[in-house]
Amino acid sequence: MIGQDLLGIEKLDREQIELILETAERMQEIGTRDVKKVPTLRGRTIVNLFFESSTRTQTSFEIAGKRLAADVVNFSTGASSLSKAESLLDTAKTLDAMDPDVVIVRHRVAGVPQRIADELKAPVINAGDGAHEHPTQALLDMLTVRQEKGRIEGLTVAIIGDIAHSRVARSNIYGFTKLGAEVRVAGPPTLLPVGIESLGVKAFTSLREVLDGADVVMALRIQLERLAGALFPSVREYSAVFGLDRAKLRFARPDAIVMHPGPVNRGVELSNELTDHRPSVILDQVRNGVALRMALLYLIAGRPSALHRE
Amino acid sequence: MTNDAPPDPTQTQSRKPASAETFRGESGAVPARPPAEGVIPTDASASERIVLDDLRIRRALMRIAHEIIESTGDQERLYLVAIPNGGVPLGRILAVNLREIGGLEPTLGILDTTLYRDDLASRGIRPRLRLTEMPSSVDDCLVVLVEDVVNTGRTIRAAMDALMDFGRPRSVRVVALVDRGHRELPIKIDYVGKNIPTRPGETVQLRFTGDDESGSMEVVVQAAPPRDVSDGQGGSGKQR
Repeated sequence: MIGQDLLGIEKLDREQIELILETAERMQEIGTRDVKKVPTLRGRTIVNLFFESSTRTQTSFEIAGKRLAADVVNFSTGASSLSKAESLLDTAKTLDAMDPDVVIVRHRVAGVPQRIADELKAPVINAGDGAHEHPTQALLDMLTVRQEKGRIEGLTVAIIGDIAHSRVARSNIYGFTKLGAEVRVAGPPTLLPVGIESLGVKAFTSLREVLDGADVVMALRIQLERLAGALFPSVREYSAVFGLDRAKLRFARPDAIVMHPGPVNRGVELSNELTDHRPSVILDQVRNGVALRMALLYLIAGRPSALHRE
Repeated sequence: MTNDAPPDPTQTQSRKPASAETFRGESGAVPARPPAEGVIPTDASASERIVLDDLRIRRALMRIAHEIIESTGDQERLYLVAIPNGGVPLGRILAVNLREIGGLEPTLGILDTTLYRDDLASRGIRPRLRLTEMPSSVDDCLVVLVEDVVNTGRTIRAAMDALMDFGRPRSVRVVALVDRGHRELPIKIDYVGKNIPTRPGETVQLRFTGDDESGSMEVVVQAAPPRDVSDGQGGSGKQR
């Protein structure tokens, strides 16, 4: 995978996904050491290019890069010419001239990472673009499930919430189906895209049905400010119908785990109690995010150094 | 070999090298690869020779255990650090030997050196990572690194760097089942199973004749295979 872009899970094959997960499992050990740093990417430069703010993902990439001894530089809105209306591609070209080894891009418009990748010599990792994909989130979700359940093949994964606007849902649908899980989605009909079944999932509008027999329950964040009143009647109604708590979780398998990409709207997608306690594994997801991103940086940021290139 | 039965082709098929993807410089110019599944090596005997069989390997590990006991003080805390893959079964056997003949209770750790290799940047390769499992700090311990085949010394250099991330050992020594001797760094082996002179192009590997580490072991020297250009790991630049 050296030097290759990672723009979405859609383009990965099963073997690549498994290599990434296996590498991430090895990287986890580094997080348990006193000295949480290895010299692997010494002298490499990683640029976080975040056009949309995201403390979690950006910090996770930054820690991952630093644990591999790379230099990590953050370009984010407000702190650079991103706010001076410099065009996207000019920013990309400027960056390329500084010869980074990997560029991590987040943008609220789908397709921007691809466009930047076309412009740059360095490989690009998509850290979330519009409603398109968020591949590193899906990979860390798969890593978490694999550790909790010991496998992915044959599991039933229920994704609940705003499927239509969710890049997390899309990437997870690609990922889990490629690894042989059965993926189901559920949400208010206005938030279920027409034709979602063509991605190989089953769609439901009832929580009880989608949870029946589920091994993994994934709740998605609801963009309260944008959606309430427009695509569903009220937050209270959403929470009553699709919000998860311990009582509703009884419809799923007794050993089901609960996941959320964060940040949780407490009392909306998940009850307060479920947010903080097993079977929810939200903090494990965050922890796994660092190891997963270390694995990706290791696998991708490895062009032979300039001295050795022809 | 411990038995005199004629070679069983199914057994040959299941043989797998213990040190696939070892440091290229260590076992030869090209990483050893297991034969493709379902492919029975056509004529293994022509291109390879067994230099240590299971019995000799176990005898060497028994002698090395005696040597370690002899050179270790009563108050020393012994910490065996096995380098995957080949060092791991050897480390386990050594730990048992040290317990049985010397009453020692060494800690046994496993330390993957991949992330510390010196050729990751220059060659642009990304070997698969292997297990690291260090049960405790190495502070003030007498650390004995256990490796199957030492050649250039580069893996041992990487292992020493990795080791320092787990504390400050009182001293570090090295066990090598096989020393090929083409050293490129000033690394000395303290306990050697057998010195085996080889040509640089040849590969030396420890492998198991069963499906797992419980089977019997042998060390084989293989003639230089044709260079594998389909490796793909060294690719650079974007491919779209």
